[in-house]
Amino acid sequence: MKTESVLEKVFASGELAVTSECGPPRGAAPEKIIEKAKMLQGYVDAVNVTDNQTAMVRMSSFAACVFIKQLGMDPILQMVTRDRNRLAMQADILGAYAHGIDIMLCLSGDHPHFGDHPMAANVHDIDSVQFVQMVRDMRDKGRFQGGDDILNPPKMYIGAAANPFADPFELRVARLAKKIKAGTDFIQTQCIYNLDKFEKWMEGVRDRGLHEKVNIMAGITPMKTVGMARYMKKRVPGMDVPDELINRMAGVPKEKQSDEGIKISIEAIERLKEVEGVKGFHIMAIEWEQKVPEIVEKAGLLPRPKEFS
Amino acid sequence: MENFEPVIVAFCCHYCAYTAADMAGSKRLCYPPNVKIIKVPCSGKVDAIHIMKALEMGADGVYVAGCLDGDCHFKNGNIGAAKRVAYIKKLLDEIGIGGERVEMVLMSAGMGERFAQTATEITEKIRKLGPNPVKSVNKAKTAA
Amino acid sequence: MITAERKPMEELIECLRPYHRILLVGCNECVTVCSAGGRKEVGILSSALQMAFMKEGKTLDVKEITLERQCDPEYVEELVTHIDQAEAVMSMACGCGVQEIAGRFKSKPVFPALNTTFMGASERQGVWVERCQGCGECVLALTGGICPIARCAKQLLNGPCGGSTNGKCEVDPDIDCAWQLIWDRLKALGLEDRYEDNIAAKDWRTGRGGGPRKIIREDLVK
Repeated sequence: MKTESVLEKVFASGELAVTSECGPPRGAAPEKIIEKAKMLQGYVDAVNVTDNQTAMVRMSSFAACVFIKQLGMDPILQMVTRDRNRLAMQADILGAYAHGIDIMLCLSGDHPHFGDHPMAANVHDIDSVQFVQMVRDMRDKGRFQGGDDILNPPKMYIGAAANPFADPFELRVARLAKKIKAGTDFIQTQCIYNLDKFEKWMEGVRDRGLHEKVNIMAGITPMKTVGMARYMKKRVPGMDVPDELINRMAGVPKEKQSDEGIKISIEAIERLKEVEGVKGFHIMAIEWEQKVPEIVEKAGLLPRPKEFS
Repeated sequence: MENFEPVIVAFCCHYCAYTAADMAGSKRLCYPPNVKIIKVPCSGKVDAIHIMKALEMGADGVYVAGCLDGDCHFKNGNIGAAKRVAYIKKLLDEIGIGGERVEMVLMSAGMGERFAQTATEITEKIRKLGPNPVKSVNKAKTAA
Repeated sequence: MITAERKPMEELIECLRPYHRILLVGCNECVTVCSAGGRKEVGILSSALQMAFMKEGKTLDVKEITLERQCDPEYVEELVTHIDQAEAVMSMACGCGVQEIAGRFKSKPVFPALNTTFMGASERQGVWVERCQGCGECVLALTGGICPIARCAKQLLNGPCGGSTNGKCEVDPDIDCAWQLIWDRLKALGLEDRYEDNIAAKDWRTGRGGGPRKIIREDLVK
């Protein structure tokens, strides 16, 4: 075992892992994030906390993770390369680990263009692949990126994102290989609606034996309305929403659409359980966290193993 | 404005617009004497600086007359000219002289009527706009 | 070339408001190529400035000079014969030229007529695109001749990111995804295997990160 983290233990046990996500507030009061996390308590093994998502300023992921840790839950510190240089990143990693946070997700981050500070400097001192490598070397070599020894090396369980639906498709397995080479322990994918395409990607992943080198968690986001489905199809880069899904949502009266969306998610989970190499599910229900317990339960993912936390 | 007679400079291409002007002449069509014609081999020869200098030296309006789309003797000189005129119009707006004082017009060699009509219309438009504001400097000088 | 664009007229007129006699200096190199500050542009700007002043009932005397380039002291020195007649200088060169003139003629206010933008190339007539950011350690040999620092919106050295869509960048559908271009080029060269070599974190000291840079050629220094 590389770390003491809950997530590593769940994967090692052979159980399907379950994680979800919380977005910190756009202000300095922690109540909202605590409230959201409490809804997930007992239904997930660990919970991601996003980092200035869509380039909009929010309470830092680090601070929000500390509140979640205080609830007795296991947070996953998401960190983007967009906002910090390698000094700040390593400093935050030391600080987070000191607070008992031992799982993180290394990402590039959405471009400032999309957010509330398009005028800000776009840092990217390092990219997500170099970031993974840096965190791995901090853990396994006990060294900072600059080469000096770390007094008490943080032992982070390292996650990265994968998007089987972004272009170019032919590169998406190779990109995963790069991240694994750099030291990724687990992957959370972009939310999956096109199950055929996902299975095709997994085939490519398995052909190269990559599914045994990294723990892949399938991303699931329930649709609330047909409007949301259409928006995601048209406006969100790197998202693949098949027309059948939109038609299915549209074919149901408005009051019933959210239930249909949840049904679709549960069906997706059931199908993905059968895909070799899928080691868990990452359920992202942004501003709809209250539905996560229902999805986890109906998808047969309860009870969550208690012996690891 | 007391008896303001606008001075209009018209850059006319040899193959079409100037020939149209000739046609207007031979047909005895009237057009205002305010329009001073400058013959150029092609409207594409007219550069931004020529238009600027004309206005700087006190012309109240300038237009560039070239061949109809697709008919330019030099292939696409008229297209280049039109783009330059559009660029200058924006610059003139930026400095407060006004892009309306400059135009691009297209016609064929046989369009004597069109030449006369364009000359008349543009003269009237500029008359309504009033004198080129650069002349204020002369007013200021005489006032001082 | 170094590319630049003329500042808005309002800004330029405001700069020069207190003056009556200026030197307007163009440059025959980069800014001529990108049609921003060459002899032609000097003429047009001179005319525009004079008309703007005349409109206010004032005059502006503009001496127009275009130097071979403004980034070499030998050429800037040519302004010596005209500098005394001018109250101020407006340079139509890139930031380098403006600073050279300001550095040589310390008692004259020197103003930039342009906003210097990037190091780029002509994509086609009238269109210039960013190609290089002067990182000081060129990686073009690794990426099939396409620069990920200058052409990737996130300067990823191990791209593409998850936002690449149809070969375009998530920030602007008119911008090509640099990593799509790199991948296509590596394929065309039969170098697909290179894609999985992870490129290490960049040492920004060779770039701007190390402070303002200097190159000294000992063999050429007098």
